[in-house]
Amino acid sequence: MGINRRKFLQLGSLATGTMMLPKFLKAFEGKANFLQGNKVLVVLQLSGGNDGLNTVIPVRNDIYYRARPGLGIAKDKTLALNSEAGLHPSLTHLKELYDEGNLAILNNVGYPNPDRSHFRSMDIWQTASNSEEYVNSGWLGRYLDAQCADCSKPTQVLEMDDMLSLALSGDQMKGLALRDPKRLYETSQDPFYKDLLQAGLHEQAEDPVSYLYKVMSETVSSADYIFQQSKMRPVTTVYPNSEIGKNLKTIASLISSDINTRVYYVSLGSFDTHVGQQEKQEKLFNDLNEAIKPFTDDLKSNHRFEDVLMMSFSEFGRRVGENGSGGTDHGTANNMFLISGGLKNKGLLNEMPDLSNLTDGDLNQQLDFKRVYATVLKKWLQADDYKILGRQYDYLNFI
Amino acid sequence: MSSNQLKNQHLWWRAGFGPPADQVSKLLKEKPESLFHSILKASEKKPELFDVADLEMRALVMENIEMTPGKRPDLKPEEKQMIRKQSVLDIAKLNIRWLEEMTGSHAQLLEKMSLFWHGHFAAKTINILYDQALLNVIRENALGNFKDLLLNVSKTASMIQFLNNNQNKKGHPNENFARELMELFTIGRGHYTETDVKESARAFTGWGTTFQGEFNFRPRQHDDGIKTFFGKTGNLSGEDIIEILLGQKQTAVFITKKIYRFFVHETVDEEIVQLLAAKFFDSGYDIRSLMTSIFTSSWFYDPKNIGSQIKSPVLWMVGIRRQLPMELQNPAVQLVLERLLGQVLFAPPNVAGWPGGKHWIDSSSLMLRMQIPQIIYRSDAILSKPKDDDDVMMGMRDQALAKNIKKLKNPGMELFQAKILWDDYIKNFDRDADTELYDSIRSLLLQKVTPVNENGMIKFIDETSRQARIESITIRLMGTPEYQLC
Repeated sequence: MGINRRKFLQLGSLATGTMMLPKFLKAFEGKANFLQGNKVLVVLQLSGGNDGLNTVIPVRNDIYYRARPGLGIAKDKTLALNSEAGLHPSLTHLKELYDEGNLAILNNVGYPNPDRSHFRSMDIWQTASNSEEYVNSGWLGRYLDAQCADCSKPTQVLEMDDMLSLALSGDQMKGLALRDPKRLYETSQDPFYKDLLQAGLHEQAEDPVSYLYKVMSETVSSADYIFQQSKMRPVTTVYPNSEIGKNLKTIASLISSDINTRVYYVSLGSFDTHVGQQEKQEKLFNDLNEAIKPFTDDLKSNHRFEDVLMMSFSEFGRRVGENGSGGTDHGTANNMFLISGGLKNKGLLNEMPDLSNLTDGDLNQQLDFKRVYATVLKKWLQADDYKILGRQYDYLNFI
Repeated sequence: MSSNQLKNQHLWWRAGFGPPADQVSKLLKEKPESLFHSILKASEKKPELFDVADLEMRALVMENIEMTPGKRPDLKPEEKQMIRKQSVLDIAKLNIRWLEEMTGSHAQLLEKMSLFWHGHFAAKTINILYDQALLNVIRENALGNFKDLLLNVSKTASMIQFLNNNQNKKGHPNENFARELMELFTIGRGHYTETDVKESARAFTGWGTTFQGEFNFRPRQHDDGIKTFFGKTGNLSGEDIIEILLGQKQTAVFITKKIYRFFVHETVDEEIVQLLAAKFFDSGYDIRSLMTSIFTSSWFYDPKNIGSQIKSPVLWMVGIRRQLPMELQNPAVQLVLERLLGQVLFAPPNVAGWPGGKHWIDSSSLMLRMQIPQIIYRSDAILSKPKDDDDVMMGMRDQALAKNIKKLKNPGMELFQAKILWDDYIKNFDRDADTELYDSIRSLLLQKVTPVNENGMIKFIDETSRQARIESITIRLMGTPEYQLC
């Protein structure tokens, strides 16, 4: 850094804006080129292990009702999907989406040798690893690595949270977490940070200090970029005041802007219903149901519903039999929802769980979740799924 | 050529948790080698073992002896609930207790080494007695002999439960412990076969613990058939397997490499590591002498090693407290920071421990780290909310447990109410003129010499008084990216 202090000051006073911007910032000046027609993925994480059997209910299965004398949901209370299956009574808007052909359901999704620790199983889902592997990067983080080798826009992958999940942390790049574009903007625009960045010009500096400056610079510029985009076409629809409502509202306004974001990540929980499951699951599903309605309405009226795929998952399902406290304990395989105006296959995509064939009272997984990831990466995000997942998985046909 | 001060600070950060506030003048003069010997000496006393477990809960656990080995005693649901609830609270207490020790103890090397082993022998239980016992085994042996450490750790309830050795029985082996013993604790991937895993798992059959957490060998569950492991054949026991693994030079290489990466540099210098590992092996795995070789070598003080590491959240947080002494009115705020920054003690991400390095940093964690000094200074609240830990909450949200946890952290768990003891800190700069203050404070706080923009800084420096000047320079420098490095 050959510029001495006095010279630097002179430069600073003469040079105008862009000249002094570090390279990271400049990348944002180009025109955004991700507009209509570009596919967007919204991942909905149901944290805590959602009870899949009380989400998509096997209404003609006696084993289900025998195993759940207290918690089983009577057939006439469910929202009938077909003669075999009904949705949880709170998910009325999902039922509407099902009727419109905008909802698909995958049953029995999981992985071999399932782990019943929340943290570990969540890691497995987020890193897309096998049960016995420990991986330090997430599948969407590696998507970012693959898509964004030279670009400096971590805004391609955004999480609606204060903390970044492992899922969005790549080997080279990391996505960005935020709860509120305005708040992120206000914190990041501290003049102190601007001065540090201006003075630092650390681009040639040695690791890891350059890494820290790069992250800081990207955060400051991304915060500005996201905030500007979020104001572009603000959503006027009324969303519920729940956390999921606010988050989906933010996502909806970003999707209708010109932002380059391809993946949004949002969580709802906790579904860890060991006790008092009925009320807890109902409350969470109500929140979800009420937030999904304005969200899909917005996408439809903006003609983006064909381009947006929402995919839900949970780290595990719950045991078939209820426990003694009005709840269920940690289980294994589970269902996933796929919501989009652009689905090729709709409705129930595979068989309902086989309750007569259990291992230690738990469902056997029939479909490795990594096949779903591979499908979404390849067919929706046009990404190199082999590179990102490290193995080749057979694709599914829902998109 | 690095200054003596920079070298001494380097030593304090790596062999401990950062230079203490009351020894700044010594930093300038003392030779690193003599500083190391005083740090080592302070770590030679047997550590005081932690015991934070609630007495009532302990009594409940102790009086319920199991009737059949391996079968837990029948406890009433409310007793189980009580144990679980109390454990969560006590593990939080243990966490805070250890942070206090890291901050205030003179046995800095011992605690730092223990933090290393805590990540190496990563286990997560939700039982305070097990967690506490494992930590105590680690702290008792942290600078002792690796063989004792490994054997004792392998026999803790924490490890046996975490790696499912309670389910490892003759005829029905569970290979989890045997595999991790090789992959993560001793020789590392690529140096053993699947047959080794199977054979050694048989040797560990019958290794269990009592409900109270005592090691309990169950002869009837033990497979005493002939096993072959690393060329040795016989009725091998678990102890034999550990002995054989320690007889492999690769174990010394694997451990030394990991120590080098933790204490010296993320990128391993192969030549140095091979030399250190050979000495470590020949010494019969004496950890103390390995660490002495590292910290008294000249390469340790090479400029390329200084300021080259990203501080772990715990090192960063404890380091701030050591450099800037403060009274925390709400010590549980540290637990919130641990969660937000991704290093919760007693809750490593998995058996491989914390990956460290760049993994500590993303935009949220970096921005939060940079804001915290201001938040401490102004006794502000941390606005970010950590993610839930369902393993700990056990689905008991809004119920007794959640209320209790809140109670522990109240009032205002995210409020950083700290009284910084400025007088002690400011004394360190008594001999500096006002114009020298910036450079003095910067040399004290930053290990990475980069052009932090002094001119940019000027407008953030409060010049209304000498004290205000020192305070504002300190808080601002602690909020730089450079402060994240050591």
